[in-house]
Amino acid sequence: MDPLSVKGLRVVLGGRVALDDVTLTGRAGEVLGVLGANGGGKTTLLRASLGLARLDKGQAWLAGRPVAGLGEVARSGLAAYLPQDRRVGWNLPAWRVAALGRPLLPARLARAHAIAALESVGLARLTERGVLDMSSGERARVLLARLLATEAPLLVADEPAAGLDPDAQFLVMTALRERAGQGAAVVVSLHDLTLAARSCDRIAVLAGGRLIAIGVADVALAPDILRRAFGLEGGVIASAFGPVVAARRAP
Amino acid sequence: MRLIVGLAVALALVCALAIGLGETPLSAGQYRQAFADSASAPAEILWAIRAPRVAAAALVGAALGLAGAVMQGLLRNPLADPGVLGVSAASALGASAVIALGLAATPWAVEGAALGGALVAGGLLTVLAARLAEPQSLILFGVALSALGGAATALVFNLSPSPVATAEVLSWLLGSVANRDWEDVAAALAPVVAGAALSLWSARGLRMLTLGEETAALSGLDMSRRRAAAVAGAALLTGGAVALAGVIGFVGLAAPHLVRRLVSDDPAAALAPSALAGAILLVAADLAARMIPSAEELKLGVVTALFGAPLFALVAWRAARSWRG
Repeated sequence: MDPLSVKGLRVVLGGRVALDDVTLTGRAGEVLGVLGANGGGKTTLLRASLGLARLDKGQAWLAGRPVAGLGEVARSGLAAYLPQDRRVGWNLPAWRVAALGRPLLPARLARAHAIAALESVGLARLTERGVLDMSSGERARVLLARLLATEAPLLVADEPAAGLDPDAQFLVMTALRERAGQGAAVVVSLHDLTLAARSCDRIAVLAGGRLIAIGVADVALAPDILRRAFGLEGGVIASAFGPVVAARRAP
Repeated sequence: MRLIVGLAVALALVCALAIGLGETPLSAGQYRQAFADSASAPAEILWAIRAPRVAAAALVGAALGLAGAVMQGLLRNPLADPGVLGVSAASALGASAVIALGLAATPWAVEGAALGGALVAGGLLTVLAARLAEPQSLILFGVALSALGGAATALVFNLSPSPVATAEVLSWLLGSVANRDWEDVAAALAPVVAGAALSLWSARGLRMLTLGEETAALSGLDMSRRRAAAVAGAALLTGGAVALAGVIGFVGLAAPHLVRRLVSDDPAAALAPSALAGAILLVAADLAARMIPSAEELKLGVVTALFGAPLFALVAWRAARSWRG
C-alpha cells in the first residue's frame, strides 16, 4: 500500500475549481515534488490529500485507508504535515517547537528527538532561542524540524524551502531525502524548479488545478510542460553541479 | 518546578499575612490565644472569619488565573480572559435573575444559579469547540453570548420590582469574598477541582495549538477532545469562581502575563503558575480591600480593576515584545 494515494480529486473553493480530477501516489522511499504556478492547486492538493479540505469528488487514502474515515489520532500515525502558514502563537524556544513532533513522549526523550532534528536542518546552535526572536528563515527551519521529528511514514511539506538561503534550501531537501531514504514517503510543494529537479525523485506539475505532468525531472519539466504550467520557455540542462532548469518568460 | 514552589511559598506567606491582619487589630497575646484556645474570640476572628475569606480569595484567584491561562492558550490570544467566551456573563445573569426574583436569601440559590449559568454557556461552547478548529469562530460566538448575557442582565435590572433588589444585584456583580464561610468555600471546590483537572489534561493540546490548527490536527493528539476539555475546564473554573465571589475582573487576564516569560511562553507550563499567581493577586487585593480605610468596605472587583488595570498596562507594555506573530 502506498503511504498516499489520491484518485479523481476535485475541490471547489469559493465557487472556483481549485483542484480537478487529480490522481497520483506518494510512494515509500521517494520524494515527490509538487510544482505549479500560484493558484495552481498545490496547497489544495496537499491539504485535500490529508483530509484537511472538503472533497467535491474523488477520494484520498493514507496507507490504503480512506482519509475521510480516519480519526485525528489514527491519521497522525499515518501522516505529518507542515503547512505553508508559518505563524507561531507564542515565543517558545526552538527545541520546544521541534519537540511538538513527539507530543506524547516524555519531555526528555522528546527533547532529544527535537535537538537531533534541529541539527539536521543546521540549527544546532539555536535550540534555546525563542522562535519569534529568529529570522523567518530560521523559524521556517524550526518548523521543518518539528516535521522531521515525527515518526510518520508520510511527510507532507508545503513549500519547506520558501524564504530560505541557498545553502539552507539544499540542507532541508537533504534532510527530507534522508527521511525518504529511511523508507518514508515525502511530498513537498516547491517553487524553485532547479531545486525540484535536483532533489525530487518524481515531480507532479499542476496547472489550473489539473495534473498536467508527473514523472522524473526530464519528463515533468519538459519545455512544453514549462510553457503550459508557467508560461516559460526553457528546459532542464545538465551541468557539472547537477541539473539546472533554465527558462525565461515566453514571448 | 522551582517557579511553582516559589509561587506556592509566596502564596502561603500572603495567606498568613492576610489571616493575621484585619480591621480588628490583635495583640501578641491574642494571637497566642487564637492558637491555644479554639473557642476564644481571637480564634473565632482568625479561623472562622478571616481564614475562610482568605481561602475563598485564594480559590477564586487560582480558578480565574488558571481559566485565563487556558483561554489565552486555546485562543492563542494574549487578550483572552475567563470572560471572553461569555461564561462570566451567563453566570452573572443566572445570579442576577435569582436575586431579582427575591430568592437571594434561599440557601445556595444564587451560587447554584451562577454555576448553572456558567455550565449552560460552557456546555454550548464545549460542543462548539469540539467541532470548530478555528479560534475566531469560537471568539465570535463568545462575544455574542457575552452580549446576550449582558443584555439579559440589563433586562433583569429593567424589570426588577424594587430598587433594593437592583442594588443587591449590582453589589453582587461587583464581586466580593466578604463573609464567606468554610461551607461556601467547600461548595465551590468541586467545580474548581473538576475544571482544573480538565484544564491540565488539555495542556499538551494548548501547547500544540501554538503551531496552528492544521499542524495540530495531524499532530498525534486528539485535538477536538483537548479543545473541548479546555473550554469545559475554563467554564467550570469561571462558574465556580463567580458562584463564590461574583464577577471579578483582571485577575484572569493579568495572572498568565505575570508568569509567561518565566515559563518561556509555554502555554502548558503556564497553567499551574498562573493559578498560583492569580491566588496571590486576589488574596493581596482582598487584604487591600479590607485594610484601605473607607466608609463602606471596598468591593474586591473594584480593587482588582483599580489596581489591576495600571499594573496590567505596565506588564503588557513590557511583554509587547512577545506578542508578535
